[in-house]
Amino acid sequence: MSIEYLGLSEINGPLIALEGVQDAAYEEIVEITVDMKEKKLGRVVEIYEDKAVIQVFEGSDNMSLKNTHTRFTGRPMEIGLSEDMLGRTFNGIGQPIDDLGPIDTIDKRNVNGSPLNPVAREYPRNYIHTGISAIDGLTTLIRGQKLPIFSGNGLPHDQLAAQLVRQASLGADSDEQFAIVFAAMGVKHDVADYFKRTFEQSGASDHVVMFLNLANDPVVERLITPKVALTTAEYLAFEKNMHILVILTDMTSFAEALREVSSSKGEIPSRKGYPGYLYSEFATLYERAGIIHGSSGSVTQIPILTMPNDDITHPIPDLTAYITEGQIVLDRTLNGQSIYPPIGILPSLSRLMKDGIGEGFTRKDHQDLANQLFSSYARVGEARALASVIGEDELSDIDKIYLTFGKAFEEQYLRQKETENRSMEETLDLGWKLLSMLPKEELDRVNTTILEEFYHPSEEKN
Amino acid sequence: MENKMMNLISNTDNTKGIISGINGPVVYVKGNTGFKISEMVYVGKERLVGEVINLSQEQTTLQVYEETTGLKPGDPVTATGDAISVTLGPGILNNIFDGIERPLGDIAKSTGAFIGRGVQVDALDTEKKWKVHMTVKKGDYVSGGSIIAEVQETSSIVHKSMVPPKVEGQVLSAVTDGDYTINDVIAVVQLADGTEYPLRLAQKWPIRIPRPVSSRYAASKPLITGQRILDTLFPIAKGGTAAVPGGFGTGKTMTQHQIAKWADADIIVYVGCGERGNEMTQVLEDFSKLTDPRTKKPLMDRTTLIANTSNMPVAAREASIYTGITLAEYYRDMGYDVAIMADSTSRWAEALRELSGRLEEMPAEEGFPAYLATRLSQFYERAGHMKNLNGTEGSVSIIGAVSPQGGDFSEPVTQNTKRFVRCFWGLDKSLAYARHFPAIHWLTSYSEYLQDLSPWYTKNVAHNFIDYRNQIMTLLNQESSLMEIVKLIGSDVLPDDQKLILEIAKVIRVGFLQQNAFHPEDTCVPMEKQYRMMEVILYLYSRSKALIALGMPMRILKESDIFERISSIKYDVPNDKLAMFDDYHKEIDAFYDSVMEKNA
Repeated sequence: MSIEYLGLSEINGPLIALEGVQDAAYEEIVEITVDMKEKKLGRVVEIYEDKAVIQVFEGSDNMSLKNTHTRFTGRPMEIGLSEDMLGRTFNGIGQPIDDLGPIDTIDKRNVNGSPLNPVAREYPRNYIHTGISAIDGLTTLIRGQKLPIFSGNGLPHDQLAAQLVRQASLGADSDEQFAIVFAAMGVKHDVADYFKRTFEQSGASDHVVMFLNLANDPVVERLITPKVALTTAEYLAFEKNMHILVILTDMTSFAEALREVSSSKGEIPSRKGYPGYLYSEFATLYERAGIIHGSSGSVTQIPILTMPNDDITHPIPDLTAYITEGQIVLDRTLNGQSIYPPIGILPSLSRLMKDGIGEGFTRKDHQDLANQLFSSYARVGEARALASVIGEDELSDIDKIYLTFGKAFEEQYLRQKETENRSMEETLDLGWKLLSMLPKEELDRVNTTILEEFYHPSEEKN
Repeated sequence: MENKMMNLISNTDNTKGIISGINGPVVYVKGNTGFKISEMVYVGKERLVGEVINLSQEQTTLQVYEETTGLKPGDPVTATGDAISVTLGPGILNNIFDGIERPLGDIAKSTGAFIGRGVQVDALDTEKKWKVHMTVKKGDYVSGGSIIAEVQETSSIVHKSMVPPKVEGQVLSAVTDGDYTINDVIAVVQLADGTEYPLRLAQKWPIRIPRPVSSRYAASKPLITGQRILDTLFPIAKGGTAAVPGGFGTGKTMTQHQIAKWADADIIVYVGCGERGNEMTQVLEDFSKLTDPRTKKPLMDRTTLIANTSNMPVAAREASIYTGITLAEYYRDMGYDVAIMADSTSRWAEALRELSGRLEEMPAEEGFPAYLATRLSQFYERAGHMKNLNGTEGSVSIIGAVSPQGGDFSEPVTQNTKRFVRCFWGLDKSLAYARHFPAIHWLTSYSEYLQDLSPWYTKNVAHNFIDYRNQIMTLLNQESSLMEIVKLIGSDVLPDDQKLILEIAKVIRVGFLQQNAFHPEDTCVPMEKQYRMMEVILYLYSRSKALIALGMPMRILKESDIFERISSIKYDVPNDKLAMFDDYHKEIDAFYDSVMEKNA
C-alpha cells in the first residue's frame, strides 16, 4: 500500500503529473513530501493508464521534478468530524489553525458527499425570522432553503449576512440547537476578521465553525473549502440534530478557482472560459441543503457571491439562481441613496416562501400583501421612467401617488438599522400602512375578503 | 444456488474489458473490447452502471451513470449484451425513479437518505403479485402491440400488457386469470421460425429507440390544461410539442406543475432533469394529496416521476429524458393520452455539453456540441398523436422547459428548440418581477396548433370562440402599441377611445391572463368559464365603446367600479356556478343605462 514514488514527470501550475503509477484511484488523496520536510496534500484528478494527474492543494511552490516523494493514501478526501468543532477555526481543507490542537474523532466522512435522495427529503415549510422587513415580508427565508445573496463589489453584503446571523431565529417557541458553519473562499483578511468580530460580539462564536481560505491562500484549496464546510454542516445537522446555517462567501472566488484549474488541465472551456461542468459543480454544493425525514436537524445555506460588473446574467449568478431556491439581489442605486439594506426587491425571490407563510405560519394576508407590494413597486418603476421623460409635473394623478408611495416604501419598509429587529407583525402592518397610500382600485392582487379586513386608508390618515 | 449458477454462466458469456483511464464521468477501456455501441456495461468492482458511447480499434469510451471516485485503471468492465433499457410493466405509476429507472424508494431502503453507488435494485417490484386478467387464449394469433393481459395498476389506470414489437405468432399457451409477478410467464407464442417466445407482464425497451407505431394522426384535439392563457390564447394539441423558456424565477417549474396537475391527459410523466431536489419532493408530496378533478382519484395514481436532480451524476441526467419519453410511449401504446413534462431540457443540453467537453469534441456554438440540434429534434419528434400497432389511438405531448442562460432567448438551446416545437410559451422577466403569473408573455408566445384546433373549439366550446380569442389578442396588441406612446408622453393626452382600450386591456391582463395557482377556484378553470369570461369582457368593451362614441369621457365611465368587478370574476364566480355570468351582463347593461341617464 505505502509505495512512495520519487520525483515527478511534469509540473504545471497547481497540477503535477506522475508516471509509472500502479493502483491509483480516481479522486484519491495523495500525500506529497517536498525536500523531505514540507508536506502537501493533493488529489488525483485524471488517470490514464499509469499516468496520474494530481492537483496539489497547497500549490506547487518549491516542488521540482526530483525533490518529491508521493504516497497514495487509497482514500478519497476525508475529514474527521466531531461536535468539538464548534467554536474552532480551520483552514480551507479542514486543518485546525487556531492552535487548539487537532480534532480527536473516529467519525470520518468523504467531503464529496452523496446526493440526497428526493424520497428522503422533507419539503421545507418553517420560516426563519430574520427581523429584516424586505426578507421576512417579501422573500421569506425558510429552514432548509438555499437562498444566495447576489451582490457587487462595494455593496454591504457582509453586513447583511452578519445581521442575518445575529437576528435569525427559529421562533420564540424553539429551544432547538442552532449553529453556524462559515466558509470563506478567497475573501480578504478584513472580511474574515469582520465576521469573526461579529460572531464574538453577538456571543455566537462558540456555535460557529469557521473554515478560512483567504485571498492569498492557495487557489486549489478553495475548491475543497465549501465541500469541507458542507460535510461538517451535514454531520452536525443530520447526525447531531442541529439547525445549521451555512454561509459561503465568496462563490465567485470558488468559480474563478475552478476556471483556473480547468484551464491548466487543458480542458475545453464553455461560457466565458468556465468549464462545462460549472453547473454540476455548483449543484453538488447548493443541493447539500435541506431537511431529511426522521432527522430533526436542517441545513440552510446562504451563499454570497459578487456579480462581476453587477451583471446578473454572468454565468456565476445565472447558474447559481437556476439551482438555488431564489435569490436576494442587492441594488447599487439604493445603496447610493444610503438605504440599508439595499435589497432590490423586484429581482429578488424566495421560491419556498409560498408554502411557509400564511395562515398557521405567519398571517393569512401575507401572500396577497407581498404580491401587491411587488406589483405596486413594479408600477413605481414605470412611473419613474415616465417622469424622467416628461417630468414629474406632467404625470397623471395616479402616477404621482405611485411616486410618493415608492419613496415611502424605500424609506420606511426597506430602510432599517443594522441593529433593528422587526417582528413579523410589524413588517406586515407596515406593508398595509404603505398600501393604504394607494386607492383601493389599484390593489388588484389582493383577495376581496382580505382587502376588506386589512385595507383601512381612512384610519391611517388620522 | 440456482441463481448463482445462472450468473456464473452469463458472466462467462459476456465480453470484458479493463479500465485504462478515468476523467469525471468518462471512462476509457483499452483496446478493441467487442462491446457494442449504446450497450449497458458494469464498471469497476462496485459494478457502476455505464454505457458505451464510442468505439475504436485502440480504445472504447464509456459514460458512467454514477460517481467515478475510486475507480482504478485495471478495474474490470463487464458488458451486459443489452442496450441501455428500461423495464416496462405495472408498477411504473405512482412511483419515483432516478434517470435510469431505478426506484428511489428502494435505493433509500438500501443506502439510506443519501444515494450510494453501485446499488443493485430492480426497476419494478418483482415480488408483488398483480391481479391479472388475461385477454388472449391458446390459439389466438398475436402480433407486436397485441394486448395480452390487463392489470388494475392504480385506482385510476388499467395497465395493458402487450406483445413486444416485432414478435408475432400463435399463442401456444396462456395462464388463467390470477395473481402473477411481472416476471412470471403468462403466455407463450410460437414465432414464424418455430421457436417459442415467452411473454411476461413486463418487457424491456432500449431508451434511445422510439417505440414503433402504425401511423400518425394530424393534431385535432387540444390538451386542456385549465390555464386560461394556454387553453384560450396558445393551445397545445394532444400529441403536440411546446417549449416553456424563461430565465430563473419566471415560473417555468410552476407552469409545468400546473399542467401536470390539471391537464386532461390520462398519464403524466414528470421528468425533473438536473433541477432541485426540494422541487421533486414537493411534487411527490403535493400530488399524493391532490385529486384528479376528472377521476376523483389521487393525482399520483396517474403520474410517474423521473428525478435526476442537479447533484446526481451528469450522465444519468442525459439519460433521464430518454427514460421519461420511453415510459410515455409505452402508455401511449396502451391507448392513453400521455403528457410528459421535461424540466429542464437546458440541463439535459448542458449534460451533453459537459460530456462532449470531457470527450474533447470540437465545440460548436457556446461550447455545445454540434449535434445538439439533432438530439433535440430526435427527442421532440417522439411526440405525436398516433395509431398504435394494436389499432388503439394514443398520444404523447411533450412540454419542455428551457432555462436560457441569462434569460436570453437567442442562445442555442432556445433557438434550436424553437425549430422543433410548435408551441412557444415565452416567460417574461418583467411580468415575473411584477408578480404577474403565469408570466407567459402574450406578444412573444405563439401556437401553431390554433388552425388545427379551431374546428374542435367551434364544435365543443362555442361557434364564436376563435373569433373572441382573436379579438382579445387584437386588444392586447393595440395596448402594446399604445403603451409605446404612453411611455413617451403619458396617458392623459390619449383620446378617450384609446384610453378605453388601455382600460379593457388591463381588465384582460388582470382579470383573464393572470391566474392564481393557489386559489382553489382559479387554479384550474373549465373551458366553458374561460369562454364566458372572454364574452363578458368583450361585452363590457362593446357597451363602453358605445358610450364613448356618444361622447362620454372615460373619466365618467371610470366612476363606476364595473371594471374592477369584471376583473375579479375569476375569484367571485365559482367554476360550477356559471349562471352567475348572466348577472354580470345585466350589471353591464345597468352601468350603461346609469351613465346615459346621469349624463344625458
